[in-house]
Amino acid sequence: MIIFLSCIILFLIGLYAIVTKRNLIKIVIGFALIEYAINLLFALVGFRRGMLAPIITRVDMAHKFVDPIPQALVLTAIVIALGTTALMLTVALRIYSRYKTFDIAEIRKLKG
Amino acid sequence: MTFIPLFFALPLAAAFIIPILGKIAKSIIWIFVTLVSFTLFILALYGVAVTQQFPMIVYEMGNWPPPLGIVMAFDSLSAFMVLVISILVFSGSIFSWRYMSHYTGTWKFYTLYMLITAGMMGVSITGDLFNMFVFLEIAAISSYALVAFGVDAEELEASFKYMVMGEVGGLTFLLSIALLYAKTSTLNLADMANTLQVVGQTPFFWLVLGMMLLAFSIKAAFVPFHSWLPDAHPAAPAPISSLLSGIFIKVLGMYTTARLVFNVFGLSRGNAPVFFNVLIGLGLLSIAFAGITALNQKDYKRLLGYSSVSQVGYIMLGFGIGNFYGVAGAIFYILAHALGKGLLFLTSGSVVNATGTRDITKLAGVGENMSTTAWSFRFGSMSLIGLPPLVGFFAKYFIVLGALKAGFWWLAIVAIGLSVLTLGYLLKIENNVFMKKGRTKANKAPFTMRVAMVFLVVLIVLFGVGFQQIIDFLVGPAANALLRGVEYANLVFGSVGVSF
Repeated sequence: MIIFLSCIILFLIGLYAIVTKRNLIKIVIGFALIEYAINLLFALVGFRRGMLAPIITRVDMAHKFVDPIPQALVLTAIVIALGTTALMLTVALRIYSRYKTFDIAEIRKLKG
Repeated sequence: MTFIPLFFALPLAAAFIIPILGKIAKSIIWIFVTLVSFTLFILALYGVAVTQQFPMIVYEMGNWPPPLGIVMAFDSLSAFMVLVISILVFSGSIFSWRYMSHYTGTWKFYTLYMLITAGMMGVSITGDLFNMFVFLEIAAISSYALVAFGVDAEELEASFKYMVMGEVGGLTFLLSIALLYAKTSTLNLADMANTLQVVGQTPFFWLVLGMMLLAFSIKAAFVPFHSWLPDAHPAAPAPISSLLSGIFIKVLGMYTTARLVFNVFGLSRGNAPVFFNVLIGLGLLSIAFAGITALNQKDYKRLLGYSSVSQVGYIMLGFGIGNFYGVAGAIFYILAHALGKGLLFLTSGSVVNATGTRDITKLAGVGENMSTTAWSFRFGSMSLIGLPPLVGFFAKYFIVLGALKAGFWWLAIVAIGLSVLTLGYLLKIENNVFMKKGRTKANKAPFTMRVAMVFLVVLIVLFGVGFQQIIDFLVGPAANALLRGVEYANLVFGSVGVSF
């Protein structure tokens, strides 16, 4: 249970970074934390204590595997996270070349 | 051989072919994209025709049967969403040719355009929760890039703001998928509906549902979470604004909410009245707050952006009422608002293309030469305000009828009363831009732009005059597909392997 709660705490730390930090790069790091938290939670959901990795090498193996589906989901989620992180950093760099700052308090051409 | 996977496979394939065409034959990209979107439109019409006879078509990806494999579950509601998406994608692609000629690297634009189409199509027809997340992210990531397409300072800022909000929503959705998987050990929507019936309405059930509602509220821009939309939608090129405001927020926010709440979580007004009252509250808050804010806007597209937030509230209101007329009205409103707001954003693109500014105080006199644009604007706004016999009137009529049938007479009065806000902010553009005499020089809109606008005007009039047929063949079956509740699961498992 504690291990699941620690995932949620990691999620909240990431959310805290996104909401309070003023530096664009730190906001992106906040997103990375949230993604780690969710991927960790997925892996833990499929975990069964004392069971094998889900690789079938013989037909007559005993069926004692951890759940392989969350692992496949984590792989997909990592790829999507890579895409969003790359796009965010690209936009952050382009913002830097326009405004000469990463501080969101000074990036305010749009109102409200 | 079934046509279901073509809805997302065709635009995905086009998205990979366009960069190659960009190297060898730039001039035919636009024709290629328009042809692909027209094919999608025809396929969507065929899909609507097929669902008249077969309420559910299940396609097993890679021949893995559900619940193990990923399935595409194509029912009347999916057919409806796919049709609306393809209409706006088609009109947007016609409009793009001349509008995008000022930009460099248009092949990148068209690649992203096809990817966002594939994402939205996939969300509307998938029958698998994680697959829904993947398609949702495909659409969302393409939309972040498209909002920043002009790479001006404002556009980049709007895109980053949108990305932060949108990703918080997307990741909250992913977290709720992880929690649901932990409880139900399945990802198939139909199987999950069956399992959740066994679990019952425990605190865990409400926690997950609350997280999903939060995620989709951000995606659909309901009022406490709307701040990104009035920045992001105006920053995008006009055909993309039209697509984003017209259908994107509804597929990613409204369709997903409705599908999960009705068909997977199995809620109805009968067994969860408090939840449906929350939906009504969210809707009313959006209509009132964003409508009043829109009255103060001076930027043409920003005003329309606030208007979208306000209009989406009506759709949530319809779903919250929860009886047949309310839900049918909400679905009808998705169609009406997609056509109306899509058209209004195209007129904004036409005006910006001719004058180069979006400030409505500087646009007086534009209406003299741009009569097609002006009349398109008038038709679009009359439909949104709700004047008969245009399509917007019948949509609003059904929502009000639903409120009366459910006994919420105060809600009916408030919903009609708040239409005054719509009238107010749209008249502001009409007065300042198209009616007022002024010295702004503007040439006639190019031919293809006028074709795109007239196409949507014709549909607005046609769907309004023929509303009985729309209700019978399009909106009614779609509403029934939602109100079927968890019968959805039996229908999916019963339709596996049925050929048509």
